[in-house]
Amino acid sequence: MTEEIIIAGFGGQGVLSMGKILAYSGMMQNKEVSWFPSYGPEMRGGTANVTVIISDERISSPILNKFDTAIILNQQSMDKFEDSVKKGGILIYDPNGITRHPNRTDINIYTIDASDEASKLGLAKVFNMFVLGGFLKLKPLIEPEYMRKGLEKSLPLRHHGMIPENEKAIEKGKEIIKAKYLVN
Amino acid sequence: MSHIPTKDEVCQPENMVYSRTCLLTDNALSYCPGCGHGTAHRLIMEVIEEMNLQADTIGVAPVGCSVLAYDFMNIDMQQAAHGRAPAVATGIKRLYPDKFVFTYQGDGDLAAIGTGETIHVCNRGENITVFFVNNGIYGMTGGQMAPTTLPGMKTATSPFGRDTETMGHPLKITELVAQLPGTYFVSRQAVHTPAHVRKAKKAIEKAIQYQKLNKGLSFVEIVSNCNSGWKMTPLESNKWMEENMFPYYPLGDIKVPK
Amino acid sequence: MKDIRLMKGNEAIAEGVIRAGCDGYFGYPITPQSEVLEYLMANKTKERTGMIVLQAESEIASIHMVYGGAGAGKRVMTSSSSPGISLMQEGISFMAGTELPCLLLNVVRGGPGLGTIQPSQSDYFQTVKGGGHGDYKLIVLAPASVQEMYDFAKLGFDLAFKHRIQVMVLSDGAIGQMMEKVELDEQIPRLTDAEIKVKFPWATTGKTPDRERNIITSLDLNPVKQEIININLQKKFKHIQETEVRFERIMCDDAEYLFVAYGSSARICQKAVLLGRERGIKVGLLRPITLFPFPTVELAKLAKQVKGMLSVEMSAGQMVEDVRLSVNGAVPVEHYGRLGGIMPAPDEVLNVLEENFIKEKKYEPHTN
Repeated sequence: MTEEIIIAGFGGQGVLSMGKILAYSGMMQNKEVSWFPSYGPEMRGGTANVTVIISDERISSPILNKFDTAIILNQQSMDKFEDSVKKGGILIYDPNGITRHPNRTDINIYTIDASDEASKLGLAKVFNMFVLGGFLKLKPLIEPEYMRKGLEKSLPLRHHGMIPENEKAIEKGKEIIKAKYLVN
Repeated sequence: MSHIPTKDEVCQPENMVYSRTCLLTDNALSYCPGCGHGTAHRLIMEVIEEMNLQADTIGVAPVGCSVLAYDFMNIDMQQAAHGRAPAVATGIKRLYPDKFVFTYQGDGDLAAIGTGETIHVCNRGENITVFFVNNGIYGMTGGQMAPTTLPGMKTATSPFGRDTETMGHPLKITELVAQLPGTYFVSRQAVHTPAHVRKAKKAIEKAIQYQKLNKGLSFVEIVSNCNSGWKMTPLESNKWMEENMFPYYPLGDIKVPK
Repeated sequence: MKDIRLMKGNEAIAEGVIRAGCDGYFGYPITPQSEVLEYLMANKTKERTGMIVLQAESEIASIHMVYGGAGAGKRVMTSSSSPGISLMQEGISFMAGTELPCLLLNVVRGGPGLGTIQPSQSDYFQTVKGGGHGDYKLIVLAPASVQEMYDFAKLGFDLAFKHRIQVMVLSDGAIGQMMEKVELDEQIPRLTDAEIKVKFPWATTGKTPDRERNIITSLDLNPVKQEIININLQKKFKHIQETEVRFERIMCDDAEYLFVAYGSSARICQKAVLLGRERGIKVGLLRPITLFPFPTVELAKLAKQVKGMLSVEMSAGQMVEDVRLSVNGAVPVEHYGRLGGIMPAPDEVLNVLEENFIKEKKYEPHTN
């Protein structure tokens, strides 16, 4: 098993930390992982993206241009990464703020109203965990106990009080992800 | 006629009034006759010997006339790139805080190419000792203008005299570093007369003592002549130094511990 | 239980030097390697192992602090990224001339000039062919994973002291910034001052009556002596060339075509090898781990086996010159690279390999 994922959105949406939690959880489950971010000034307010690979084997390239799954959280990232989903792969996006929706017919497209749901539940801080939950519903790569370990490892100690909220958001995310277009 | 003692009869321990420190090697000094470097070397080595610090001393010699200081000083030494002696000394001292570490730098080295290293070593208050020999010229490379060259002074690269309009002003770096909180003791001395030598030695002793007491950085400038570079006889150069250098670079302690 | 962590490359090498018994780090912040200094500061190394960490006023000061510490027999290092490494060349040359051991890290970014902060491999010439003035070489280690960033800390120090040479870990922004799993070793204790005095009798630790004074200098104005110094240096480099070559062969046994790549380019090519095999192309990868000494002999051997080699680097073609010298015309060697901080994709390099050697287009020998 090798899962190659791109997560992309605005800086501040928790794109990099979502990737980090995923990678850490994968590592706790004894998988090979890599996390490769866009870095530098673009992180500060501009777009941010991270490539996460989770695999049972040694990971070759941490840098990719085709992905099994793209998780897209803003329009610029949609424009940039829609075409980079492998044929038959998955594109997950939050429609909030998206003006041009994806139109490929050779990939599976899902939406997740994560930002709406997060603010409705007063959990805007862990918006990214709703999205991660949605992804895990489609690709249950990580067992919940290892997700928890991943959260413990990747969150600084002072934020450990928020782990239950993170877990709640992940569970909620699993419920609210919806198929928009499926390849047969 | 009374007996005139032979050399062997005179050279007896009970007659000894002065001897060269064993911390100077037997190598003949390569400095020009009349130059102050030899005296400065001797004073520093004498103090290190008297304080019994040879086994704890690491010296740093940079580029310039003192590039070969390690030929004459019988201590462990590192030769540094031009201007970088304060950084080299920092590296040594941070890793051997109990050793005695000093730099011995000229004006071009300390106040031109190494200005950044000089300011920052002083500003960090590294617990080292900086000996700064200021003769207002680049002696080693053949008498070019230095940052401390006086206004109007002729050098190979200011053949019509230093024009402060286009060549800048002589840099009083010693006064400058004295203002930094990291320096503990800053003094300016000379070594061209026995009286000056005695005073300079006292300043050197204090500077070394303060390092032993972990007081921070001590900085001792020695205003010296460069009879070759100034194109004078040694005596003329000493007179010129007194008349021209000392008014611009007045001798004495600039910063003393409170 | 093994100590396994998810770390950035820059953090991994910082942890690696602490555990390798490093005595001192002197450095200056620059993207994309500032995490090294940040990690060391945050880890309170003074309390943990006694290791000194100092933020210097410049890269120039940093390397000369390293010079001072190394001259006194300590395990010392600095790190920077391309523009900062350019500033350090003076000190590196002085360390070459005085044969002082040290560890250097360049997390390469695109140039020339201020360039970009994105990953690049355009400092190969500077690192492998000299950099500063004079005839000298560094041992150059090229990590391709975060684990290697960690491992090369200890390996680098060991090689540096074994040969009294400067070891450069030539990484890039991608390896420095990405996170992977790292397995950590036990802490190696730092040497005591007494051990240093015995192990490194050349070091300036203070002249004691039992020995002559030690002098660290690269100066000898007598050309006859200076030539001997240089000849001896060259002998050392030759010995290193004969004994310290490191490389990794990936699917080379039956390969008809070969990628040659180091660092993050090697990771990209590793994926391209897998994609190529899916397309039925027998392609392999030779990954130099040491860039000096270069795996010349191994490449010459492979030149008898394969039909073509593609050197892939994030540069305009630097390592490719060493590949061509190694195969000496025995087989076509082409270069592919992206510039300015762009990283090629695995299928991109595979397509280039196909176009150069497999598709109908005839191979045209390079003209330079």
